Amino acid sequence: MATVDIRSVHKAFGPTKVIHGVDISIADEEFVVLVGPSGCGKSTLLRMIAGLEQISDGQIAIGGKVVNDVAPKDRDIAMVFQNYALYPHMTVYDNMAFSLKLRKAEKSLIDQRVRQAADILGLNPYLERYPRQLSGGQRQRVAMGRAIVRDPQVFLFDEPLSNLDAKLRVQMRTEIKALHQRLKTTSIYVTHDQVEAMTMADRIVVMHDGIVEQVGSPLELYDHPANIFVAGFIGSPAMNFYPGTLKRNGGIWVEAEDGTRLPAPGNVGGADGQKVVYGVRPEHLTLSGGSSGVQAKVDVVEPTGADTLVFSKIAGVNTCAVFSERHDFRPGQEIRLQPRLDVVHLFDAASGQHL
Amino acid sequence: MTTAAVSRSNGLARKPLAEILDNRNVLAFLCMLPAAALLLTFLTYPLGLGVWLGFTDTKIGRPGFFIGLENYVSLFDDSVFWLVVFNTLLYTTVATVLKFGLGLYLALLLNNHLPFKALLRAIVLLPWIVPTVLSAIAFWWIYDAQFSILSYMLEKMGLIDQYIDFLGTPNNARASLIAANVWRGIPFVAICLLAGLQTISPSLYEAAALDGATSWQRFRHVTVPMLMPILSIVLTFSVLFTFTDFQLIYAITRGGPVNSTHLMATLAFQRAIPGGQLGEGAAIATAMIPFLVAATLSSYFGLQRRKWQQGESDG
Ligand SMILES: Nc1ncnc2c1ncn2[C@@H]1O[C@H](COP(=O)(O)OP(=O)(O)OP(=O)(O)O)[C@@H](O)[C@H]1O
Ligand SMILES: [Mg+2]
Repeated sequence: MATVDIRSVHKAFGPTKVIHGVDISIADEEFVVLVGPSGCGKSTLLRMIAGLEQISDGQIAIGGKVVNDVAPKDRDIAMVFQNYALYPHMTVYDNMAFSLKLRKAEKSLIDQRVRQAADILGLNPYLERYPRQLSGGQRQRVAMGRAIVRDPQVFLFDEPLSNLDAKLRVQMRTEIKALHQRLKTTSIYVTHDQVEAMTMADRIVVMHDGIVEQVGSPLELYDHPANIFVAGFIGSPAMNFYPGTLKRNGGIWVEAEDGTRLPAPGNVGGADGQKVVYGVRPEHLTLSGGSSGVQAKVDVVEPTGADTLVFSKIAGVNTCAVFSERHDFRPGQEIRLQPRLDVVHLFDAASGQHL
Repeated sequence: MTTAAVSRSNGLARKPLAEILDNRNVLAFLCMLPAAALLLTFLTYPLGLGVWLGFTDTKIGRPGFFIGLENYVSLFDDSVFWLVVFNTLLYTTVATVLKFGLGLYLALLLNNHLPFKALLRAIVLLPWIVPTVLSAIAFWWIYDAQFSILSYMLEKMGLIDQYIDFLGTPNNARASLIAANVWRGIPFVAICLLAGLQTISPSLYEAAALDGATSWQRFRHVTVPMLMPILSIVLTFSVLFTFTDFQLIYAITRGGPVNSTHLMATLAFQRAIPGGQLGEGAAIATAMIPFLVAATLSSYFGLQRRKWQQGESDG
């Protein structure tokens, strides 16, 4: 178990710059999730930590020791690949035992460790099978088992659940989390699924186009997004955004492009006349009875059973609102939605930063 | 009413033929007929004729009589025949080992990130593209006792002080022919193994590296087992081609000096056509069959899909 420090790391593939200076400090025993849209450089960063890619500039230290020039095999790191990368010519048992065999561990120790890992992951019935003879979920478990038996300093996961069906994904997510609570090995987990990130992480690193947009606990990111990108990326369904102008004239509100007045909290920063983006999460819109709130024209109602999603237009912008009670609006019906002022977010339109 | 009856009787009449054609076995038989005819004419007939001739005393220009195993009995006592069997086995074994060693090495090199990769791969294929006889003639010159470029260069480098008689002494001639065969055979092996190497997922190597494998261990535990299926196919073909080699030998040494480079194929030809003893030549050629069958069978059993390649869940 170890800390991982990433210090102004850059990566370029030839002339293409992919990572532009990333700084992350990961504490011992922490479970950190790297999340971001496809192509933002998550896998590249993870592979640099593993030693599978050269670091173009900057430093990566594991357990306080700079590993830029340490070969992957000497970094004491285990990685679970997206395609699992199981050795097809070895049984499940041998797949898991391989690293210990290479290390010339005692046969009895290998056996004990493999069986222990198989117990944890429920792989006991499959130890003599070959990877071909397993389902996707079972292969995923073997890949995890291969990582566990080594008892490494750090676990790296590169989208390990993306090949599984939705139900199994939810189940494995819980299992991985439980496993971490039990083993406490420092883990870095890459995903582009923000729900996975929210549910598993101690801390989330949101990446975008090769930079880190924000680092924080799931709820910090949800409650205090640093910029529009994080606000839009974290949370499901995504936050609603309305471009407009901040008005301080007696009251304080944002005037949307078509003149609709969006109520703003009294304590926000920003000058009168500043171009801003007004953000409110679907779950922070409430139905208002009287003339308060903002007028919205219903497009579609999607009942999911637990919640009701109401899609409407406010100031010409598609808006999603989530209600825990059931509603039966007709398309085209006019309703009034009231944003909860304590959780409304204002962003500078030019920089995208939170005001 | 009438039309219905007519169409029904039509349907009845057509049914048996359609049904017969629908039968998988019949259909398969029909589809295989042309291929079977071709095989019979062009493979089985010559093969059968060859085997039959081996049991006769046919000479060129004179039909022979069945003489049973007489040809084989006389071959059994023929020291030249046994020398040739030895030559063939030596030639096949040494050349195959070298071709596979060097071919694998070359394939591994070409599988790396090299500059001008495509060009290098094309160059590697060259020896294989050149017609055998052409390359045989080239080798003939390279190995010539007086004009050998090889001897010339070695002498200029000061490594030898008199020209090597490449084809003049038995062991030199054997080594020279093996070298020529290896030169010609490497591209086939290298390109096939390269194709095999390229099917191995890079993430397996990455996983092995993270598991702590050195590059030798990655080769030993990932490359070799993953390459095994294609390796055994290529090995079979290579052994068959080498064992039955004719062109190179006949063009470079014609079996000399004193039969030391004759292979079974060249001896069979030598006795049958220039020597006129068709029956005896056919017997020598037939004697190759057990060796070839043994090679094919051993690779057939070696080739049987390895357990890990199967998808069945019989554990
Ligand atoms: N070997 C390479 N050569 C050149 N460019 C590369 C290479 N590997 C990755 N890239 C580029 O680097 C960028 C980041 O790739 P990376 O695989 O890290 O994305 P990612 O965040 O993991 O995306 P995903 O969620 O789709 O897996 C991409 O734009 C990709 O095209
Ligand atoms: Mg990726």
